[in-house]
Amino acid sequence: MIEKEVVVIGGGPSGFSAAVEAAKRGAEVLVVDENLRAGGQLFKQIHKFFGSSTHQAGVRGIDIASELLEQARECGVEVWLNSVVVGLFKEKKVTIKKTLADNSEKLEIIQAKKIVIATGASENAVRFKGWTLPGVMGAGAAQTMINVNRVLPGKRILMIGSGNVGLIVSNQLLQAGAEVVGVIEAAPQIGGYGVHAAKIRRAGVPIYTSHTIQEARGKKNVEKAVICEVNDKWQPIRGTEKILEVDTITIAAGLKPLIELAMMHDCKCSFIPQLGGWVPLHDKNMESTNPGIYLVGDVAGVEEANTALEEGRLAGTAIAETLKYISLGNARKLKKEIWQRLNELRMGPFGEKRMLAKNNILTAYKI
Amino acid sequence: MVLRKMGYLTKEELVNSNCYPAEERFNKGSVAIIECTEEIPCNPCETACKFKAIKIGKPITNIPILDENLCIGCGMCIAKCPGLAIFIVDKTYSNKEGLISFPHEYLPLPVTGSIVKAVNREGKVVSSGKVIKVLNKKGFDRTPVITITVPKEKLDEVRGIKRLESEDSKQFYSRE
Repeated sequence: MIEKEVVVIGGGPSGFSAAVEAAKRGAEVLVVDENLRAGGQLFKQIHKFFGSSTHQAGVRGIDIASELLEQARECGVEVWLNSVVVGLFKEKKVTIKKTLADNSEKLEIIQAKKIVIATGASENAVRFKGWTLPGVMGAGAAQTMINVNRVLPGKRILMIGSGNVGLIVSNQLLQAGAEVVGVIEAAPQIGGYGVHAAKIRRAGVPIYTSHTIQEARGKKNVEKAVICEVNDKWQPIRGTEKILEVDTITIAAGLKPLIELAMMHDCKCSFIPQLGGWVPLHDKNMESTNPGIYLVGDVAGVEEANTALEEGRLAGTAIAETLKYISLGNARKLKKEIWQRLNELRMGPFGEKRMLAKNNILTAYKI
Repeated sequence: MVLRKMGYLTKEELVNSNCYPAEERFNKGSVAIIECTEEIPCNPCETACKFKAIKIGKPITNIPILDENLCIGCGMCIAKCPGLAIFIVDKTYSNKEGLISFPHEYLPLPVTGSIVKAVNREGKVVSSGKVIKVLNKKGFDRTPVITITVPKEKLDEVRGIKRLESEDSKQFYSRE
């Protein structure tokens, strides 16, 4: 059996920032990711990030990813790609289906001292008549197609959902050369930042608030979308239907944490709608109710890449501390700085619900 | 609020949020307009301005405040804003025309000297404009900044141009 001090499950922003933080203090770290490429969703993020200019705000997600992977290489983080964690057992044994250089597969069991679960989140579906027709897809899927694989999913697109994902991906679809015929939003107000909405409005994309999708029509794939207004009880208003000629419908209706591994390991969870649904509880070190198992990024509550990076740093620092690579005092100082940045990212009207929900997690953890 | 419901700001909303320079300042030449009225965690514009004309401070969710007397209208902030929400307006360019500079992250880029369709915050074409400058410096990190002329009376309205069609997309759309 192979022994590793730290095994990080998931090679996105939070997983890699945890890996780098622990490894640069001296810990021996392995990152396992099921994808062919590391970096998680960062390589799809071709836009400049928000946040603090002292921490890479204004830098594009793709460039943050390249830098993070470079840092990981420099501090000796081992990375297994195309490898899936298939089991998590007591005493921190991680079973991994590893893909070798010749593409053959091998089952490896690793004895870890610390485990970081950074599995991210999955897109929510919206069910409506015709939703199984080819051409209906997640906004994240469309974003992967255009920004990673350079394939346009369609020519005329309807976006469902006006959160930041819906608004940003709409703009990126325009950048890729598609027409976005509209963004619909069931709530009476736009969900995401005004500046993101303003970008696509300037580009001529209408945003229909208090609207829902009723039906996708088409023989073999999407040819039309039927949308209509909803009343204040979210019920469709008859006679307000509009038919839009579209070949693609993308859904940006939020994400939910991928908590299966955390549940397998009996981490206590709580239902917190503001963070995407069932979320494993964690303390101020991002440690779950199961000692030595840490949770970072969207799996610990859906937020965004900046908070994911900071949560990763927090767990990495806490791990370096308990493995005695840094002193208690030093760790305390570093963690305090990270918490200050996290709190700043969660301020304002768009962050305060998440801040409250995160505080509820910390309180529930203690009970 | 129009922004939350419709997705764009109105001049009235900007004036009410103290985000719009005074007419006296416009009369002195180029000045930045920061169309960012919500408390979001973001501050790269503050460090982008070497004249210290943009203030956010702590916490970073504060709304950026422009000191219009320190702003020289150089435009270095335009490409730094992740929200693409900063514009430079020069109302003193000529008797009838003014200049507007804006970020434009769509290909193909317009060519200097060409006539383009100028759009307002709603994406409606409100006038034509002539491209004066297309800047795509390394430091702009792939956010080109375009300057066009528009009739003076449209300077409070125009915030971009209609996207140009690329040869690629023309081919793609005709491949039925």
